[in-house]
Amino acid sequence: MTTVAPTDAVDEPRESPKGMSETRVAWMFVLPGGSMLLLFIVLPFALAIWFSLTNQRLISPLQTRFVGLDNYMSELADPVFWKSLWNNFRFAAFVVPFQTVFALALAVMVNQRVRGRTVFRTIFFTPITVVMAAAATIWVLLFNVNGLVNGFFEAITFGNFAPDWLNDPTWAMWAIIVVSVWQGVGFQMVILLAALQDVPSELYEAASIDGADAWRQFRSITVPGIRNALIFVFTVTTILAMRLFDQPTLMPRSPGGPLDSTRTTMVHMVDVGFGRQAIGRGSAIAILFFVIVLALTIIQRRFVREEAG
Amino acid sequence: MSSREPAKRAVGTNPMWRWILYAVMSVLSVFFIFPLLYMVTSSLIPDDQVLAKSQSLEAFLPTPFIGLENFIDAIDRADFLRVFGNSLLISGLIVILGLVVNSLFGYALARLRFPGRRFLIGLVIALIIIPFEALAVPLLFMGAEVGWLDTYQIQVLPFIASPLFIFLFYTFFLGIPRSLEEAAMIDGAGPVKVFTNVAMPLAKPAYATVAILGFLFSWGQFLWPSIVTRGVEVRPLPVGIGVFATTPPISWGDIMAYTVLMTLPLLAIFLVFQRQFVQGVASSGVKG
Repeated sequence: MTTVAPTDAVDEPRESPKGMSETRVAWMFVLPGGSMLLLFIVLPFALAIWFSLTNQRLISPLQTRFVGLDNYMSELADPVFWKSLWNNFRFAAFVVPFQTVFALALAVMVNQRVRGRTVFRTIFFTPITVVMAAAATIWVLLFNVNGLVNGFFEAITFGNFAPDWLNDPTWAMWAIIVVSVWQGVGFQMVILLAALQDVPSELYEAASIDGADAWRQFRSITVPGIRNALIFVFTVTTILAMRLFDQPTLMPRSPGGPLDSTRTTMVHMVDVGFGRQAIGRGSAIAILFFVIVLALTIIQRRFVREEAG
Repeated sequence: MSSREPAKRAVGTNPMWRWILYAVMSVLSVFFIFPLLYMVTSSLIPDDQVLAKSQSLEAFLPTPFIGLENFIDAIDRADFLRVFGNSLLISGLIVILGLVVNSLFGYALARLRFPGRRFLIGLVIALIIIPFEALAVPLLFMGAEVGWLDTYQIQVLPFIASPLFIFLFYTFFLGIPRSLEEAAMIDGAGPVKVFTNVAMPLAKPAYATVAILGFLFSWGQFLWPSIVTRGVEVRPLPVGIGVFATTPPISWGDIMAYTVLMTLPLLAIFLVFQRQFVQGVASSGVKG
């Protein structure tokens, strides 16, 4: 997110003709949203830090006590936590690059001057309007062992490939990846398409006069021209990959299954903090999660800034 | 999307390339559309037929056709009208109250002079980074403490003020020329009047973007309502689908009817307001 420089740097309030000072009006404007941000973001975030240092439970007759870094220690020593984190990375390692490139390919295609391109744009974008809970349900049926996906694979491999997708630890995550890309890629496509249309067409004209072929133009004009949008898409997709929750909760027979092969950090956090009502330990997972997301964002930014310099 | 013509590329000039492009886009269209077609046909046939013919292309034919039987079943079993009403109420309140609260905040940051303004800008940007998921556990605790589990307010209030939407409004208001507002001020209008009569009408695109994105996000919410609601009374649509999973045998016809009903409203809005929809999503990115 780039910070926009305010057009006036003066914070001296003006006197309004009606007598009410600008400061008072400003606070009236800021108060409703500000108090909600405090109550529903700042306070719970502070509470998460505090709870993560205690043995707080949702309902418990025992008194809450301060336990220092115990929650973090036991979480970091828990193989299930690492497994969940690994699953997020496994998911992200495929989805982030693939979905970004796929979205770019779609955007470039619907940006060509051919008849019917808006129809294709609509089709590629439509899954965005399908609520994830609905999308996951449809694909559960498609990924059924006797479902349409296997019908397709059996036809092209003559019956040699027909896994029980959602009940097989090797394949369950792949089913989730397919749903996620199907539902999400249209969003990125639209963002990249908007950026593509802002690349000045004179650049392409000049390049083709200089004899640059299509691939050369794509590399030297298109990609640098939409660099910021590409970075945005990459970063947002990474964060969304870390937040993966709906699909692994809804699609396998039990959330995060089979054998924890789709258990993500969020599934793990909800299981501990809500399922087992261990608020303290769940908060520790939340804080660890926040630190990881923050670190990823900072790493990506640094990497990107060096590129730019 | 700008009205500017897309640049002419190699594809535009060579007819062979054009046919390859059409072929690739058509294959991809099948990938994006077939699940939706499958959902619709499955909702129109008996439960046992859904799996029975799910491995052949016959799956896309609504035979044996049983009309709206599954839909009547689904509406009945899932208490659909209630759940749908809940979703509408929750998303509606989040969007409408959010538009008011976030635009007022964004406007104050962009245009009004007051001490603490720059601190608030920094705070809003910092808060964008905190994912909601990191707050879910303590928020659940807070909600339980005040006895708000299984209520509407716990599903609405935490989502009204949004740092991301405040920031969107802030950058939008910064981007519109000041001259009209200054003219109104010279005519003696106070800051409130300048906002409601001059700035708000100019910011219509920002309001449309935030309304669309806000509706899209809140309509699909699953994590939070699945934690804070237990009964059907206040549950929204995405969580309501759970009732079908608990009672075997799984009646896929009913489930698909439910997903059709859940998908239809947003799909209809999308097809009618396609331009605004696409513009809304596109402008969520350009500021990045």
